[in-house]
Amino acid sequence: MNELIQKATILLESNSVQVVIGYGKGSANRTRAIFITQAADCEKLIFDSRCIQNLAVYLTKQEIKKLGKPAIVAPIPVLRSIVQLAAENQIAENDLVVLGVTPESELVEFESFAAIETFLSTHRIEIEGKYQKTIEMIKSMPVSERFAYWVKELEPCFKCYACRSACPLCYCTRCTVENNQPQWISVASHPLGNLEWHVMRAMHLAGRCTDCEACYNACPMGIPIHLLTKSMLQDVAENFGTYGPSLDKLNALSSFKPDDKESFIR
Amino acid sequence: MQTENYLIRKSSLEKLFGNLIGNGKIVYAPKAKGNLALFDKVQAFGEITEDYIVTANSAKSVTFPRTEKLFSYHKSKESTEITDAANNTFPDVILWGTRPCDAAAFIPLTETFNGDFQDIIYNKRREKVLILSFSCKRSDEYCFCTSVNSGPGNTAGSDVQFTKLSDGDYLAEVITEKGQLLVKENCNLFEAKPEEDKEPNLAIVATRFNQEEIQAKLQNLFENPVWDDKSRACLGCGSCSYVCPVCSCFDIQDEAHGNKGTRLRCWDSCGYGLFTMHTSGHNPRNTQGGRWRQRILHKFLYMPNKSKVAGCVGCGRCSRSCPADINILDTLTSLQEEKPNE
Repeated sequence: MNELIQKATILLESNSVQVVIGYGKGSANRTRAIFITQAADCEKLIFDSRCIQNLAVYLTKQEIKKLGKPAIVAPIPVLRSIVQLAAENQIAENDLVVLGVTPESELVEFESFAAIETFLSTHRIEIEGKYQKTIEMIKSMPVSERFAYWVKELEPCFKCYACRSACPLCYCTRCTVENNQPQWISVASHPLGNLEWHVMRAMHLAGRCTDCEACYNACPMGIPIHLLTKSMLQDVAENFGTYGPSLDKLNALSSFKPDDKESFIR
Repeated sequence: MQTENYLIRKSSLEKLFGNLIGNGKIVYAPKAKGNLALFDKVQAFGEITEDYIVTANSAKSVTFPRTEKLFSYHKSKESTEITDAANNTFPDVILWGTRPCDAAAFIPLTETFNGDFQDIIYNKRREKVLILSFSCKRSDEYCFCTSVNSGPGNTAGSDVQFTKLSDGDYLAEVITEKGQLLVKENCNLFEAKPEEDKEPNLAIVATRFNQEEIQAKLQNLFENPVWDDKSRACLGCGSCSYVCPVCSCFDIQDEAHGNKGTRLRCWDSCGYGLFTMHTSGHNPRNTQGGRWRQRILHKFLYMPNKSKVAGCVGCGRCSRSCPADINILDTLTSLQEEKPNE
């Protein structure tokens, strides 16, 4: 992607940004996040189908913020996370340059976060058929069977929290699981502790998750935790009519409206 | 003891497995899951996969479970009753299909649990483990066992090591008395040692760095840009520590329910921001760079200084599983080029 390299070089040379967050060559056949601070290094930038890590996660990390104003290489999943982060006031328009990459691998620049939202309106989140089938299959199980299914799927989880760390929307500086006075969620990775953690994670992301699958890709044990967040996406869409990120949208589970249809909340 | 060599035919290997399961032993072996192989309990020989370089998880959890109950208590008006898990009897466990690196990892792991304090629970569990390793025919670019005094046919830590020969049968090297007992109990399955040599049947793993040199250099590399440079993409999860067969840090947790409860030992990781957080709010390792430095120094400086054994067996799991593709070899090979501070 020469265009991307050229644009990144100009941004760094003109000191419009101090760091370019992009993809570079990784180990084996992988790519990895790279943080370019010298214009001459921009040729290390690559973009292809292996670039699946959601780089938006770095926009809120203290070690990266220290490097100065960033430009970020942003394929669709990153763009979605940027809009959601903006809606949650975690990033500001003037503090970030977004180098969008279309599914056709073309560079697209954005004047504003609103322009990203407009662009995304033609690239809506769709839950793939194979996942829909699995989710339907799980939802059709009797409660006890569904419970057993998740206890078994979550059994290999040793709580390394890679799912949390890789998620751009898990930006809390202190997660609920790290609160020990009182200890809301069991630290241990026994069946109850694992269930508590994953249920909490999915609920916290309900209506916020942008379906980038970073959590699943990060899991060293290959646990299908993205099924939980995908299912929540569908549930939120069915019950609140919103699907995917938007700048002026309220988050389904963390917003109060006096005319809420549920009586328990009033 | 001196290693004893036997031949075990492919068909006899399955019979050996059957005998172990038949005797009620708990067997852990590599099982395929999607693109991964995971160490897991197996019941049938057919569940075991041969298609793996190393499993995604290590085998350490058989002696150092991710959650270990240390004791339980029950308080009443008169007294507090404590049930110490150190009095428990632990089951016989067989590790089938560990790689030589995994078997070797039990040496530093056991050192850690037998330093200033001898951990009864760990030692009781360890005594009950029989390690049947399978040497490596394949390796990948993440493997570096030969750089940390090990290798694809290293027998250290194993009770018996099997090496697949060209005709599909196996060389069985019996390394310990535990291994000898296994042969004795299944003597009809073990035949006179094969003609074929072991070496040509092993993977070739290139040496990537000199561990002693790295250890010497690390004495003076505490302040160095390499730590931030190599960890910039670090997400701060514990994946590297949890898949590592040697990492042994833990956190003590009390789970209380009214007047009774349990004290648990749970895995912990130096990758976490809270790992060294003080009560005052001060954190001596307040960035991922500092945490990455700790991980490398602990394994390649502090551990070999203290017990002569490095805290790394070169399995490469940490790099393979890292969601940000942080590669320990990248760091170690670049350290090799660093000039220590004067």
